[in-house]
Amino acid sequence: MMERNYRLRRILGRIGLYLSVFALISPALFFFLWMLSLSLKTEVDNMAFEPVFIPNPPTLANFIDVFAKNDFLTYTFNSIVVSFGATFLALLIGVPAGYGIAKMKATRAAMLILIARITPGLSYLIPLYLMFQWLGLVGTLTPLVITHLVITVPIVVWVMIGFFEGLPGELEEAALVDGATIWQAFRYVAMPLARPGITVAMILAFIFSWNNFIFGVVLAGRETRTLPVAVYNVLTFEQVSWGPLAAAALMVTLPVLLLTLLMQKEIVAGLTAGGVKGG
Amino acid sequence: MPADPATTTVAPTTAAAGQLARTHNYARSYWPFIAPAALVVLAVILFPWGFTLVMSVMDWKVGQSPSWVGLANYTKLFGDERFQLSVVRTAYFTAASVIAPVILGVAAAVCFHRNFPLRGLARTIFILPMMATPVAVALVWTMMFLPQGGVMNYLLTSVGLPPSQWIYHPGTVIPTLVAIETWQWTPLVMLIVLGGLASLPTDPYEAAILDGANPWQVFRHITLPLVWPFIVVASVIRTIDALKAFDIIYVMTLGGPGTASETINVLLYQTAFAYYDIGYGSAMVVVFFVIILLVSMVLLHVRQKEIG
Repeated sequence: MMERNYRLRRILGRIGLYLSVFALISPALFFFLWMLSLSLKTEVDNMAFEPVFIPNPPTLANFIDVFAKNDFLTYTFNSIVVSFGATFLALLIGVPAGYGIAKMKATRAAMLILIARITPGLSYLIPLYLMFQWLGLVGTLTPLVITHLVITVPIVVWVMIGFFEGLPGELEEAALVDGATIWQAFRYVAMPLARPGITVAMILAFIFSWNNFIFGVVLAGRETRTLPVAVYNVLTFEQVSWGPLAAAALMVTLPVLLLTLLMQKEIVAGLTAGGVKGG
Repeated sequence: MPADPATTTVAPTTAAAGQLARTHNYARSYWPFIAPAALVVLAVILFPWGFTLVMSVMDWKVGQSPSWVGLANYTKLFGDERFQLSVVRTAYFTAASVIAPVILGVAAAVCFHRNFPLRGLARTIFILPMMATPVAVALVWTMMFLPQGGVMNYLLTSVGLPPSQWIYHPGTVIPTLVAIETWQWTPLVMLIVLGGLASLPTDPYEAAILDGANPWQVFRHITLPLVWPFIVVASVIRTIDALKAFDIIYVMTLGGPGTASETINVLLYQTAFAYYDIGYGSAMVVVFFVIILLVSMVLLHVRQKEIG
């Protein structure tokens, strides 16, 4: 009797767990499937009073439309230059900085990074906008790359501090005793060990730079719009139809979604450790 | 590339001398590693802060030359009803956007802490909303929330509920935005609390199960107190992010209908980049930053007390 009761409770518990998990993931699942569905349907189906859930037959016309009517390739190129540029520069300066801060236990420097994390992105924009205007750089990609450092540098430094603090110091000590400079100890001992951390920092910095909207909305000219800005500025005004808009939205966020699916372990590790988020 | 540290630090030749030099210069010798990042932080983070302070005491509109006005922007700000209302709206939006994700996030963490088939995939799907590009997400939600022809009203009416005006009515716009914010950021709370659950000791659980405690008692008296510090951290992060929320509100409502969803951040954007009132906008930035700093300090203080 006891035994049966216990087993029944276990089974009920399992069912409850599955139902809870389903309830938890269904809003996300529904949203992204609906996004996909909108992008693959004809305008007639998208406007139908009774929503059509499964495209029949699916059409790529919306995607073709986005490329035909807009300079989508230019915007993609801009986004790639800005996000790769800002991520690369942030790694170049942020990985050594994370190492230095971890070694020196420079809590005040770490605090500064934390304050940068809580400052609203908008508050950087007025001064930077004026500065770039004086420098005559508005309308090029340079201001965007530089401004995106506001997002990428704190993420990289923050993730790297955590990683370098977690490394055992003995190997570097041994290298130093053998006559290596601290630069060599960093470059040939600590950095190879921290490669997983660098991967995490790179992925997160790239994603939050790619997703950034506010800097581009203010600083980008007609030709230098990044994808999120272009989707908002160009497509919403020039296209009132849903299909192409959903197709464009999907294409903008697809790299990020794929990266999340492929690198979920690294991303989860990074986010759990730092609670980082850009902008 | 950072400056070559070899030129600025002593390269020890003998182990003993090296040991001495290192312990002596320990704190200073890593500065070359930090210097390049410090320069960038100075240029793109500290310079804007200082510059904003200077601008906030100027009467300065784009295209005009600035003139010193002292604290006039600040006194104007505190008497500005539109600003006061935006502060109230921000408080309302923030409170709701912290409470809902934290409760749901803790529940989600408890579920994802258990083992079940396809857990990795389910967790990845669950965190997709926080990784997806906010503008893209906002545009699709806008289509879904259209009162006529949007799929959300179809879902409501198909289960017998009355349709809603969602973001197109002053009374429902903030709750709708909070729902999206919750959808987007519950995963972050879940991840932080899940990290906490993973670090818990197992002995109290074994003891409780032996004593015949039911799952709710176990959660209430063992799990919750143990993960409480993580819940507080998640709440602090959530509060800061909700105060700063911008992209989705801007894309979906532009602060509308009317000014019904105009938070501080949206008003700030309008002031600086639609009305080009640099001086007044800067004063708003300073006050906004002080609000965020105060709120985070209060929350961190609470956290210290909770832990210590």
